Amino acid sequence: MMENGFSSPRNDSFPAGLRVLVVDDDPTWLKILEKMLKKCSYEVTTCGLARDALNLLRERKGGYDIVISDVYMPDMDGFKLLEHVGLEMDLPVIMMSVDGETSRVMKGVQHGACDYLLKPIRMKELRNIWQHVFRKKIHEVRDIEILEGIESFQMTRNGSDQYEDGHFLCGEDLTSIKKRKDMESKHDEKDIGDNTSTKKARVVWSVELHQKFVKAVNQIGFDTTSLSCFYRAMTSNVCLAEVGPKKILDLMNVPRLTRENVASHLQKYRLYLSRLQKGNDFNNPVGMIKQSDSPLSDSVGSFGSHNSINLQPTDVSNGCYGFSGSSLVLHNVDPRSHDGDRKILVTTPVAEPKRGLTVDAPNPRKPRISQMEFGRPLAPPRSEVNFSTFDSSLPTKYPWCGIPEIRLKQEHNPLHFNDGFSHLPMPGQKQLTRADYPQPAPAIISPPSLTERETGCPVKIKPSRNDYGSNASHVSSTASAVDPIPLQTKTNSTNHQVSSTSSMENQGLNMNCLTDVESSRKNINLGMPPLATLDEGLQVCFVPGDYYMNLGLQNIEVPEYFDPSLLTDVPIHLNDGLRFDYEFYDPTEYSLIDQSLFI
Amino acid sequence: MDRNQLRRQVALTRQSLFDQGFLDEQFIQLEELQDDANPNFVEEVVSLHYRDSARLISNIEKALENNPLDFNKLDGYMHQFKGSSSSIGAKKVKAECTLFREYCKAGNGEGCMRTFQQTKKEYATLKRKLETYFQLARQAGPADTACRPK
Repeated sequence: MMENGFSSPRNDSFPAGLRVLVVDDDPTWLKILEKMLKKCSYEVTTCGLARDALNLLRERKGGYDIVISDVYMPDMDGFKLLEHVGLEMDLPVIMMSVDGETSRVMKGVQHGACDYLLKPIRMKELRNIWQHVFRKKIHEVRDIEILEGIESFQMTRNGSDQYEDGHFLCGEDLTSIKKRKDMESKHDEKDIGDNTSTKKARVVWSVELHQKFVKAVNQIGFDTTSLSCFYRAMTSNVCLAEVGPKKILDLMNVPRLTRENVASHLQKYRLYLSRLQKGNDFNNPVGMIKQSDSPLSDSVGSFGSHNSINLQPTDVSNGCYGFSGSSLVLHNVDPRSHDGDRKILVTTPVAEPKRGLTVDAPNPRKPRISQMEFGRPLAPPRSEVNFSTFDSSLPTKYPWCGIPEIRLKQEHNPLHFNDGFSHLPMPGQKQLTRADYPQPAPAIISPPSLTERETGCPVKIKPSRNDYGSNASHVSSTASAVDPIPLQTKTNSTNHQVSSTSSMENQGLNMNCLTDVESSRKNINLGMPPLATLDEGLQVCFVPGDYYMNLGLQNIEVPEYFDPSLLTDVPIHLNDGLRFDYEFYDPTEYSLIDQSLFI
Repeated sequence: MDRNQLRRQVALTRQSLFDQGFLDEQFIQLEELQDDANPNFVEEVVSLHYRDSARLISNIEKALENNPLDFNKLDGYMHQFKGSSSSIGAKKVKAECTLFREYCKAGNGEGCMRTFQQTKKEYATLKRKLETYFQLARQAGPADTACRPK
């Protein structure tokens, strides 16, 4: 049966009840198709204008299973609509036209159409459109698993030395997993490929390639991700989704890689992220982060109100993944000057000192992406916080809490962490970011937003940056105030029980939103009320998984949230590593990035 | 004419439309879609088509008055008209549309004009025949089900 990406309860009689959106400027065809689809027992919605169709799709996310659209329409090119739908909603799209020229058909497939029908359309052709929905679901699962594999592999790879062995092992496993999956999917891919007259060489997304991809996406700052599209969609702006893949492609600079390859990989990536979020009860769409009036946001400058924190796996060179074991790999990201394109990288500091949180605020223009890339948090270098949270162990059922928005507040420094970041501890992860830092990092999370959001994200946002003291209590209070992140994470009500290091309290951000998603699982949920409620401070998104995100310079996680064993595993150096944040940055200078981390 | 005769007349008329190439398979699809929920589906669709094509034809006519001719625009309009014609299975009309688009691609204004006249002629002919057919069918009463041309 169908995945429940569908909200409709017709799963048992699938494909009956398939929710189809038909877009065609020809009223005669619209009427005919409607009748035909109804005869197939599908649920039909018709649209005479592409614009209307997009609005409908955006308004009712998850309200449709498949889109059928004509190619030639007066208000918008069908291919454009196709791209929008593919990138924003990732729905299968069938193109149709009275024109069956090979070049047109090819163009359709290139733009991502899962089928191209020639008018006049027979009912029997429509009867089978459900297969596209089904196929997509299958691929989705498979691709996400592959992505997870890649990410976890990367993380292990970037882990500290002690994990070298593990890394190799992982690598092998990953390779074999990939191989198997590649072979499985090859078959399906071929099906699609056969539809075109030219078959493209299939791109295998290796770990390296994927890293490049993620790097490129980060650089661009999510404008290619669906979050931005989503955001724009929410604000009724035209989605620039189609710009994304091209930009990514350019940045990646990989010969023989095509835009289509990137676009489809981007889709999967988004799916991956969205899967992690599934179950997340975002009250607001991602990206609907309101700009806070806090100085943080001001300083953030170009960050829009919807900057998302780009959690991405750090590059190998940066390496912060580190959750395995006791040390977090510190990610050494070069501090970046504050500019519009910051990425927020939350990195969990690892043994290495001198890593700072680098928060790269994503391009403010980019609305948040609904899908966060996550990577393990890496110890950010000076001014970057790397949120990289790919947790291979994250199953598709992530207890993803809302991703808090991390606003990078920039006051003097490019990176300002709003009241500091508290480390986002990842539950289950051995490494705990200890809130040893004396630094009273400004609260990253603003409680108000938290509560508003009700994401139950343990992340507490402190409204006032420099109010450390209040942070602590704030945290506590917010902790209790915050409902468990809807995302299946049980926010630890104990969150506020942060180990009460004073620094912890200082931590505005209690990334200890490690909430166990299902108590058994200690995942970090950086569930921050993602969005709109960010008024000041950072909302940190917790990435579910077993790592801690070291969001803030200071605040380290509260051991209490985690298994005591985890704590013990945390090496002292961790603290040191974290501490460097302190040394490096004035916690007050850190502003939270106005990004919503969607994990 | 008694009922049976009427019915036979209807059937024959219908058959001739296919035989003479005015209608194609699509028309049968429409007939098959007609059911209790939409007992007049075919006629409704055809009416819709007439309305829409009137608009499209007028667009083309206006565009043909331009000097010089904008072939892209003409092609676009004709594309739409062809699409609409295909919806009811207007076979001959469709053929003329295709020819028209060929002339557009070739930039042959003269050919376009000629073909367009042909298109309009075919369109008018079919419209007439269909109206006769529908009238007859209404007279004969329901119970005429779609049957594939032999």
